[in-house]
Amino acid sequence: MIESHLPAYIALTFVLFSVLIPAFGLWRSELSQPLAVLGSGIAAAFSVYGFINYLNEGSIRYFFGGWEPPVGIEFVYDGLAGFFVLVINVVSFFVLIHSHHIAKREFPGKEMPYYALAMLMMLGFNGMILTGDLFNLYVFLEIASLSGYALIAIGEKQAPYAAFRYLIIGTAGGTLYLLGVGFLYTVTGTLNIIDMAAMLPMLYESNAVFAALILMIVGIGVKAALFPMHGWLPDSYTYASSVSTALIAPIGTKVAAYILFRVILWLFGLEITDAIAPLSYIVGVLACIGILYGSIMAIAQTEMKRMLAYSSVSQIGYIIMGLSLANPWGFAGALLHVLNHAIMKACLFMISGQMRLKEGHSDISRFDDSYRKKYPWTMASFSIAAISMIGLPPLAGFFSKWYLALGTIDNSNWLFLAVILISSLLNAVYFFRVLEKVYMMDPDKGQKEPKDGERNEPSASMLWPTGILAVSLIVIGFANAVIVGILLNIFPM
Amino acid sequence: MLDFFLGHYAYWFTIILLCIGVYGILFKKNLIKKTIGLAILQISVVLYFVSIASKWDATVPVLNPDFPADQVANYLNPLPHTLMLTAIVVGVATLGVAFTLLLAIYNRYETLDEEELIEKLQ
Amino acid sequence: MDLSLVPLLAILVSLVAVVPIMLSSAKPNLREFWTILAAVIKFGLVLTLLPVALQGDSVELHLVDLAPGIPLALKADPLGVYFAVIASGLWIFTSFYSIGYVRGAGEIKQTRYFASFAVCLSATIGIAFSANLITFLLFYEMLTVATYPLVIHNEKKEAINAGRKYLAFTLTAGLLLVAASALVYHYTGTLDFTPGGVFTDVELPHTAMLLLFILFLGAVGVKAGVMPIHGWLPAAMAAPTPVSALLHAVAVVKSGVFAITRVVGYVFGVDVMGDYGLNDILIVLAGFTIIVASLIAFAQDNLKRRLAYSTVGHLSYIVLGVALLTPTGMTGGIMHIAAHATMKITLFFCAGAIYVNLHRTEISNLDGIAKVMPWTMGAFVIGSMGLAGIPPINGFFSKWTLALGSLEGDMIIPVIILVVSGILNVGYFFPIIYRAYFKPGKGLEKYGEASPLMVVPIVITATLSVLFGLFPNLFFGFYDLAVDISLSLFNTAAP
Repeated sequence: MIESHLPAYIALTFVLFSVLIPAFGLWRSELSQPLAVLGSGIAAAFSVYGFINYLNEGSIRYFFGGWEPPVGIEFVYDGLAGFFVLVINVVSFFVLIHSHHIAKREFPGKEMPYYALAMLMMLGFNGMILTGDLFNLYVFLEIASLSGYALIAIGEKQAPYAAFRYLIIGTAGGTLYLLGVGFLYTVTGTLNIIDMAAMLPMLYESNAVFAALILMIVGIGVKAALFPMHGWLPDSYTYASSVSTALIAPIGTKVAAYILFRVILWLFGLEITDAIAPLSYIVGVLACIGILYGSIMAIAQTEMKRMLAYSSVSQIGYIIMGLSLANPWGFAGALLHVLNHAIMKACLFMISGQMRLKEGHSDISRFDDSYRKKYPWTMASFSIAAISMIGLPPLAGFFSKWYLALGTIDNSNWLFLAVILISSLLNAVYFFRVLEKVYMMDPDKGQKEPKDGERNEPSASMLWPTGILAVSLIVIGFANAVIVGILLNIFPM
Repeated sequence: MLDFFLGHYAYWFTIILLCIGVYGILFKKNLIKKTIGLAILQISVVLYFVSIASKWDATVPVLNPDFPADQVANYLNPLPHTLMLTAIVVGVATLGVAFTLLLAIYNRYETLDEEELIEKLQ
Repeated sequence: MDLSLVPLLAILVSLVAVVPIMLSSAKPNLREFWTILAAVIKFGLVLTLLPVALQGDSVELHLVDLAPGIPLALKADPLGVYFAVIASGLWIFTSFYSIGYVRGAGEIKQTRYFASFAVCLSATIGIAFSANLITFLLFYEMLTVATYPLVIHNEKKEAINAGRKYLAFTLTAGLLLVAASALVYHYTGTLDFTPGGVFTDVELPHTAMLLLFILFLGAVGVKAGVMPIHGWLPAAMAAPTPVSALLHAVAVVKSGVFAITRVVGYVFGVDVMGDYGLNDILIVLAGFTIIVASLIAFAQDNLKRRLAYSTVGHLSYIVLGVALLTPTGMTGGIMHIAAHATMKITLFFCAGAIYVNLHRTEISNLDGIAKVMPWTMGAFVIGSMGLAGIPPINGFFSKWTLALGSLEGDMIIPVIILVVSGILNVGYFFPIIYRAYFKPGKGLEKYGEASPLMVVPIVITATLSVLFGLFPNLFFGFYDLAVDISLSLFNTAAP
């Protein structure tokens, strides 16, 4: 019974908790975080259950109010949506557990609005993924974006300006997307994705469709931080509060990437996408430039959050490159990377938050070997996540690169293959730099005084989430054949 | 040729508005003016949606005994208009958030000029 | 008895040992006990596979699927067992020697040292027993990462720079291997190591094959120290001497040449190598490396660096032997894996003993030390003469086989290279011996022989070099194994 309403339940959970948190939070502010964890925990449980159900029973189409499309609005819980919902809800569950102490320290007294907004943003993200209607998607996009702007503005002194810049460019992107939807509506008369996908082949080589596609790619590209529309990301992620960054960075750009998947592979299909100009290849080239640009900029940073932010620009490039390859291996690699990168980036951003909590900074140049003594488990998690980012087997990060490499070879796309390899090296440069700082004494300064080296691990609510995410990277590495087997079945062509 | 321009005047109007909006966002130094540009951009898209559903000599889509339901030409398509109600609400909310952020920026830096702001940030 | 789990256990035993090693970091004796225990168990496990290998059979084990259709699979075939016996056997001696060395030299972070060492050995055995390229890649990268803490061990500026250089070379190599493996998978649909190669049913354009081979060469040639991509090896001499001894004379660099053997014999196959003329590239590179490395070795005053360049040269003997594509040449190359291992480890042990005992690293400071360290220098003489190819030490035997192999292939130039390089070997080792024995020493009065923990392993490895030279089949049947392996590679190619 629960299955048939499942897509709605996931979204409704977040609606419910975004109301409950202010209600209880006004009474007792310290209740907000447990409630947020509970809410995202329930949603995560639904997502896990839903995905298992998808594997056994297949997709679910949920018609709101019983109105069938194209009249009504539907939620579509198919493989792609189920996978993304699973990833973002599980990862954000861990991030929210982790956020307790850091939120208390970084913006005391504002926990209630923070967690309420976080629930709203998760509602937006889940709605974007689940909805089967292009305009509905726009509304959820704006819900997620508006709460995201607010979340980013909670932070350092520069945060509001970073958030404002994001707001301007993000809203402009959203508006362009809406214009694209308008074009499509004009030529097809429907907003339902499945309905429209059936009609678009009749409009092969239509200029309106082509213009709509470009508008949508540009609009969503802004949200996905696709090069050259990534400008908002580094500042936003750097200046936002550590908890906001940890929540938004792993999933925000992924959801935008999801829309690109949905639009290019499901709605238009590769043939229409490439009918007038080789758009998928252009998107892939942009992704490649983004990969290299992000990696090089990351090397130039000394502030850990900023480095990770640029690394995000680079990593989203992998996902979009996999999409642009549009073959099964590239697709599986990209989706696997969605999962891996969400886990790795969540883990790394959470650790940067811990550093800010414990040390008051996250400046890599000030890291030294006393950290290894003070935070042995944190640093172990960091090392695993970092090595996975570099892409050494058997950690999860290696396998997404492996499948992407297979995808590029299947398309005989040597340029993309070279980019994957080079950027792995660049990743190694900026992550080993941190590891070197943490695990080795500075040859110029010598060993630190032992009193610096007392164990000072953060509390269990932070240690466990990072640890579990790090261990899951190893598990995913060994279990990736199963995951990829599922992902290959999702591939639409 | 002239027909092409006159026949699509609503679209040209939309495009001009859109360009004004983009211009405001990209080239205005004052953050308030940027926000205004953003609003114009949004409005242009709203107008586009409204214009595609407008029809001469048609009535509201409430069943009228004079026009049977199969004479669709006599009824407006209500959907784009209702969609735009939502889009306008979204736009208003966006402006609200934008102005809140601008207040926060002004309280911290006492300026809304982008160049001054960037100077103060460094 | 079912042996299928033995390869896995042999890999895991030293990996598991890391936990007790870390936990007993406060009690050095207990910690070292775990290392020795793991080493002995590992060697024992590998030995149980030896009879199977001597019959030419393999033990196979499929674990989980790493990717659809590509399992994490282990296969203890004769070549793998051969390499595993050498690496795990020498680990026992190195462990004893390490104890003497790190305590004598007062090294920091000894727990990390022993733990990384154990992981390295797991990775090496994993490389030996890998059944396909992706399993191989996994252990290859694991070896890279685990060796890194050993290279930068003393955390001095020089060591850290060496570590960066090491990572730059080996990580690049790993990525090339990823690309190469992906291409092989794309073209052939399999990544399994198959005697005779996986390209038998696939026709590829010449340039594609050539590029693929160059990718592989870049990938595995780095660890094998083939010039011009050998640069990390001399730099990595910043590591403590036991590390140089086992890893940079046996485990790491031999995984490189082992990988070349795998690539030549089991990925491309000797037929394909010959048909596309790929072995010519290898022969030229190897010949060049042998001569140039020997010449550079002359110019080194630091003992370990001289040994490092000697290693670079000798690794290419093995590459040369493999590249000859004749059964005897292949046998010689494979034999030289063991021969060079026992001899070079002896030499590095000696260098380490001299450093710990006398704190001398430069060759010009070694005057007269044979009087105070007779056993060490005696072993040094055996090792260096063996490398120069003087009978009856095992270096002679493998070189002889190599020369026969090149004659079998009607090639005369490799023989000339071997002879010239033998002379050069004498040239750069003889001054050391001359100084040690015939020049009067200064300031040596208060010193004696190094600690027995170091001297005994030195003497044993030197003795082994002589014994294997006299009786190539002693204990482990190395010669039979080598012949079997090379025949298996050529027999599949014949029909």
